[in-house]
Amino acid sequence: MRTIAVAFLVLVAPCALAIDAGRAFDDPELQSRYEEIISEVRCLQCQNESLKDSNAFLATDLRREIRRLLSEGKSNAEIYDFLVQRYGEFALYRPRMSGKTMLLWLAPLLLLGAGVVVAVRVVRGRMAMPLDADAEAETDDDRQVRVTDRP
Amino acid sequence: MTLRYLGPIAAFAILIPIFIIGLQRDPSELPSPFLGMPAPAFSLPSLEDPTVTVSNNDYAGQVTLVNVWATWCIGCRHEHDFLLTLAAREDIPIYGLNWRDAREDALLWLQQLGNPYVASAYDADGKVGIDWGVYGAPETFLIGPDGIVLHKHLSPLTEEIWQRDFVPKIAAVRGN
Repeated sequence: MRTIAVAFLVLVAPCALAIDAGRAFDDPELQSRYEEIISEVRCLQCQNESLKDSNAFLATDLRREIRRLLSEGKSNAEIYDFLVQRYGEFALYRPRMSGKTMLLWLAPLLLLGAGVVVAVRVVRGRMAMPLDADAEAETDDDRQVRVTDRP
Repeated sequence: MTLRYLGPIAAFAILIPIFIIGLQRDPSELPSPFLGMPAPAFSLPSLEDPTVTVSNNDYAGQVTLVNVWATWCIGCRHEHDFLLTLAAREDIPIYGLNWRDAREDALLWLQQLGNPYVASAYDADGKVGIDWGVYGAPETFLIGPDGIVLHKHLSPLTEEIWQRDFVPKIAAVRGN
């Protein structure tokens, strides 16, 4: 068991080294903002990875730029602006509300609303049916099957 | 045929074209936020001579191509011959942005394959690349005389792409 654990640690160790995961800032507040930003930004070179997870060189470059902007005292919003100006809203995993992204943000609500409308209409339709409509439709044979099915 | 079947059929008829269009789009091709906007200013050492500066002022006032390339980029090798053709045929200067490359490798590349560029800016740490929103190579920007980005192309250039995407835009901006 111990051998397996050690072998596993040896195997995963290079993964930890691949990304510059060392602390970027001594100041814990800057460090936590840095980590927040890099996990919110998409690496454009490998689109399903965040800057935090990617070791593509573009991600390395962008992390370096973000560290520079943070140490220059830029706010999170200014840093997101910097990235969106260059790469578009797509760079952010959570695009900001704007005319262009409004539909994207409202789509879940619209779909939920449509679902509620359909559900209400179906339920109303059922309520309009006589209560024992289903029971009457059942033949004696059906009942027989149910009774015999019971354990 | 009752009305209750119309809803699902209509939904199907609307969704299918959306899916067909969606599937044919390449999700890795992102529209550049710089289209119709001024191209970012830059000033970098020249690839050939580090004491010489290459900047956006060098091509101000004329229609220009800015081509992002590197020796590690296979697509750049594919389009290189076409860039040479363009440089010889068209009266449009091609500026190179040598992106995150080793200077010796890049110089050897130009020496062996030919140099289509008026000048190449040497962006060793990729900083100008970030300013231009570059996320891969090759990328080719078509810049108008006023410095506005008219078009951005994301894969190796070919004659077909040139005729289809570049020629009309160049003609429009030159007014002929």
